[in-house]
Amino acid sequence: MKSAVITFPGSNCDRDMHVALNKFGFKNKMVWHNDNELPKSDLVVLPGGFSYGDYLRCGSMASKSKIMQSVINFAKSGGLVMGICNGFQILVESGLVPGILLRNKYLEFICKNVFVKINNKDNPYFKNLDKEVFELHIAHNEGNYFCTNDQLKEIVDNNQVAIYYCSDNGKTEEKFNPNGSLKNIAGIFNKEKNVLGMMPHPERMIDKSLSGEDGSLFFKNLLNNIK
Amino acid sequence: MEVNEQIAIDHGLKKDEYKKICDLLKRVPNLTELGIFSAMWNEHCSYKSSRLHLKKLPTSGKKVIQGPGENAGVIDIEDGDAIVFKIESHNHPSFIEPYQGAATGVGGIMRDVFTMGARPIANLNSIHFGSSQHKKTKNLLRGVVHGIGGYGNCMGVPTIAGQTSFDSSYNGNILVNAMTLGLVKKNKIFYSKAAGLNKPVIYVGSKTGRDGIHGASMASASFDEKIEEKKPTVQVGDPFTEKLLLEACLELMAGDSIIAIQDMGAAGLTSSSIEMASKGNLGIELNLNKVPCRESKMTPYEIMLSESQERMLIVLENGKENIAKKIFDKWDLDFAIIGKTTNTRNIELYYDEKQVACIPINTLVENSPMYDRKWKKTKLPKKNLIKKEEFKKFKIKEVLNKILSNPNVCSKEWIWQQYDHTVMGDTIQKPGGDSGVVRVHGTDKAVAATVDSSAIYCWAHPLTGGKQVVCESWRNLISVGATPIAITNCLNFGSPEKEENMGEFVECVQGIGEACEYLKFPVVSGNVSFYNQTKEIGIKPTPSIGGVGLIKDYKLMITMDFKEINNLVLIIGKTEGHIDQSLFARNILNEKNGPPPEINLFNEKNNGETVLQLIKSNLIRSAHDVSIGGIITAVSKMCIKGNIGIEFDKPKYFMSEIEYLFSEDQGRYVIEIEPKNLKKVESILNKNSVHFDKFGKITDKNMIINEKTKVTIDELKAYNTNWLSNYMN
Repeated sequence: MKSAVITFPGSNCDRDMHVALNKFGFKNKMVWHNDNELPKSDLVVLPGGFSYGDYLRCGSMASKSKIMQSVINFAKSGGLVMGICNGFQILVESGLVPGILLRNKYLEFICKNVFVKINNKDNPYFKNLDKEVFELHIAHNEGNYFCTNDQLKEIVDNNQVAIYYCSDNGKTEEKFNPNGSLKNIAGIFNKEKNVLGMMPHPERMIDKSLSGEDGSLFFKNLLNNIK
Repeated sequence: MEVNEQIAIDHGLKKDEYKKICDLLKRVPNLTELGIFSAMWNEHCSYKSSRLHLKKLPTSGKKVIQGPGENAGVIDIEDGDAIVFKIESHNHPSFIEPYQGAATGVGGIMRDVFTMGARPIANLNSIHFGSSQHKKTKNLLRGVVHGIGGYGNCMGVPTIAGQTSFDSSYNGNILVNAMTLGLVKKNKIFYSKAAGLNKPVIYVGSKTGRDGIHGASMASASFDEKIEEKKPTVQVGDPFTEKLLLEACLELMAGDSIIAIQDMGAAGLTSSSIEMASKGNLGIELNLNKVPCRESKMTPYEIMLSESQERMLIVLENGKENIAKKIFDKWDLDFAIIGKTTNTRNIELYYDEKQVACIPINTLVENSPMYDRKWKKTKLPKKNLIKKEEFKKFKIKEVLNKILSNPNVCSKEWIWQQYDHTVMGDTIQKPGGDSGVVRVHGTDKAVAATVDSSAIYCWAHPLTGGKQVVCESWRNLISVGATPIAITNCLNFGSPEKEENMGEFVECVQGIGEACEYLKFPVVSGNVSFYNQTKEIGIKPTPSIGGVGLIKDYKLMITMDFKEINNLVLIIGKTEGHIDQSLFARNILNEKNGPPPEINLFNEKNNGETVLQLIKSNLIRSAHDVSIGGIITAVSKMCIKGNIGIEFDKPKYFMSEIEYLFSEDQGRYVIEIEPKNLKKVESILNKNSVHFDKFGKITDKNMIINEKTKVTIDELKAYNTNWLSNYMN
């Protein structure tokens, strides 16, 4: 399976994502933001980081970079596009998934392990996972998901919520919400479920010596689903 | 403007220094030249008060590739890999403007490291604030933490360890020391020594603005009531540009275009150009009209003294200009050929086709002032005689609550959760342990790093304190299973013009030197920050030591959390009951006098090497060094982290329980072993003549101190974890 990770100026999880994808059997290519064409890929990843320094608004400038037109076309034709952290911010800024990401509720950067509960398994990302609650890692300043009431209704009606912040046993209460996100939303899909944006970093959880191994389960499963 | 003595004094130069400049030049300097002298001759850049003493530090060893004198030190970690590291202060700017001061401190030290060709792989910091009651402390702490995070997080370099303390001596002068480690191949290290004539001198990175002019001079003076006026001397950081600069420089460094490279840090274009030429025994000629400027009509004086961030100066091989330009264009960075190397041994500056400065480089470097300042020796204070009965009136549980919630002991999670400590995917020991540990990407090796300081001990007796802080660094590396290799030091002191402060400096350096020599733990880089002083009040002497060690197989790394019920806990090293200058003495007895605990370098080395041997033989499950707060504090933290309890053995020692549990004798560790390994461990300890006490056994949810005293793990957590977040929110 072929994947592509886009490097924007200021991306800083691009290498980590490259390492993770290759570790679990993808043949990954790094793609420069100023290129016009995507290489032939089964999965395109917008990595974490601080594209364009997060100046103006997180993800807004990157969403206008040259390669994004190809990414948008790829997504519209049904290709799998995943945005992690800053990648999620780029996805909302480019309109591929609804809503926006505000500054964290307590106005502080948060780097820690969190639990997330999978809401919808009827998609290539989470299909066949036999676990509901995952321990993943977050590291962000602007992960506070927000959208209008109308958008929220649509998101819920279309079952677009991918993951919620929760307790270790899957309770999605406000006290397990690290950043003030609406309804504890940690990740969402587009209507068609081929585009996934999420704040947690599965690529930081791929080795038992690191923060944990739940990221490994995610990548292995993803590869099997799209094989 | 005609230069005179008063203008020189306004530039921070002394009368006799101004006279020396005129003598060396055999004329009166113009304003630009005076600015250059003031930038090169201030304390921050010239080390004029410290040089004489720093020379005495041990700086070489089998593993040292580069000692002090370059942008950073370099050590060998085998297989062709090397670690580049250094610590640096950004104290003065951080007090004036905490966010930008701290952020640019982090940016500056990372530049020092990647200038040498190394990709930064870990950041650390040592930050010190005034009393928690002081009105400025909270805002300064918040600003500094946001600044460190703002820069480091954006760069995508994990912040893996640090140290935070509070003491009223920092009320008017906080300390912000930032440290970076970088990884480089041994045969791809870049240096700042220029070579060859008529080589193009390239300016890359951000444009030059009017920020930070005279920053280094500001950092070479004490504060007074007009401190707010100094805000314009603080630089403004742009971590995004630095990230681009990092990637662009590493891309250029992969080829063979660069002869020498130097970042524009303190004293900006002035010190970078002069240092490269000086090291290469060359002259340098710059056309200041070519320097990319952010603002119009900047004068030569401003261009030369600006401390705008994220800039580099490079001496290229002839004919490589286009290769370099293409890379910097790709990363959207400014690139300009601004001059060339010459054989004149002068720095010559041109502006609007006129020569605006011409100074022999040796007058700026070799002839810079060096002072043998007067200093006063600190006598070892007399021990306090505390009667045994005194200790009996204390309830251990109450004391433990106070100690664990003390601002200098409590958990600093509120701080390090704001730092990205997991980016790069190799952090195998997070902040909150004895050392931060990152793997060497793609290998079985890992590098451990710690930053430590003990201002209380250094204040009580600088010679002992200097030794102690090196030993503490050594212990923190050992405790995670790393073989200590070398240190970097950041020496934060008051005014060198005061005999007491200068004495503190001289004796701390002597102590550091003695310990480093004995432990074969050389100093490979560092920096001195004097004038941490507001009017007459200086800080407590605070040398920060950044230690680095190697773990050959990262799977053998040790953490401090207690692991398993029924395992045994031993205390390595002898407990003598030294209470003076302990947290207990200062905060519970309210006794501020007396000597710090004694350092016995033989025991320190022997105990440390033995613990390391046990770790490497897979005989230890968890380890933690004993530092402030004594044995019980160390053990409490191991319980909290492991979420598991301990039952203390019946005491067999000849002192009160309080003295045994809270004294701060040195050279000690707490280790957890499996019962089946006890014989083996005992025989190794005995063979190496290492003193140890059998201390207790791991249980489920309680810390059982004696028949009468029991503390639950939840209580320990409540004591230790809440103070800082409550204070800040």
